[in-house]
Amino acid sequence: MPVDRARTVRDSMGLGLAVGLYGVAFGASADAAGLDAWQAMVLSALMFTGASQFAMVGVLGAGGSPAAAVGSALLLGTRNTVYGVRMAPLLAPRGALRRAGAAHWVIDETTAMAVAAPDRETGRLAFWVTGASIYLGWNVMTLVGVLGASGLGGTASAALDSVVPAAFLALLWPRLRRGFAEHTVQRRVAVGGAVVALALTPFVPAGVQVIAAAVAVALAGRPRRQVAA
Amino acid sequence: MSAVWTAVVVGSVGCYLLKLAGLSVPAAWVEQPWVARVVDFVPAALLAALVAVQGLTSGNELVVDGRLAGLAVAALALALRAPFIVVLVLAGAAGAGVHLVTT
Repeated sequence: MPVDRARTVRDSMGLGLAVGLYGVAFGASADAAGLDAWQAMVLSALMFTGASQFAMVGVLGAGGSPAAAVGSALLLGTRNTVYGVRMAPLLAPRGALRRAGAAHWVIDETTAMAVAAPDRETGRLAFWVTGASIYLGWNVMTLVGVLGASGLGGTASAALDSVVPAAFLALLWPRLRRGFAEHTVQRRVAVGGAVVALALTPFVPAGVQVIAAAVAVALAGRPRRQVAA
Repeated sequence: MSAVWTAVVVGSVGCYLLKLAGLSVPAAWVEQPWVARVVDFVPAALLAALVAVQGLTSGNELVVDGRLAGLAVAALALALRAPFIVVLVLAGAAGAGVHLVTT
């Protein structure tokens, strides 16, 4: 249907612009963590999954080892595996090459847009248009962020130091809102993760406490038991 | 190749392979209940840990500074459903303000 298609294209491109703003924040965070512009650009072009990229530069910026940085990026990247399973029947990519190309764009936003579309044809359109507009916006704005952030003075870098944790909070926030599936369990797990990370901070190498926080899922993530009536 | 470059490349390839695996493996492998729960909840634990570590620590020490003020302002802005960029600008302004007052 042309109306659906036009709306899908418009919404997908709008999402690309909005996500581009996160790209500025990512570029600035990468610079604050001591990465150079090329490293930030390679992450946005090749890793291309926002939470993992933020985690990677966050752990490196906190003085963590490269192994801890990779570990936290991969843990957050497992989401995309599940999205891929959900998207496989919808995208049904023909041939290894097309599948390899489609896989690169299987992220939060493209999955959400494709799954929300009214039919399969529109869903595929939403996936490709959202993927293209986010890929473009994310990479261009990463460059803007990393170049804009370098060479800032003391007060400006104090501002940037406050922007980085706020960016993580903004990524976390939607999961804690009423309406997100099992938001009370999400809240318990989030509090548990923060407590575990802070408790371990004095004792483990920087960055390791972030990965260790995943045990909060085992501690607090159990489904609430149904009480037999 | 420096350690950071190695992390950038290994992390990027790993994240790509996780995406490719989703389109390639039989759905039954991933659709185990425990896998679904881990994937649902690991982001909350990790993102909250990153908020805490980025906001309250420096190296191996717990530190309270302007970043905590930034986080408080950000939480308030998020609760009022402010757009992402507004949240970041307010958090940055709070951090800069504390820096100006304390130095």
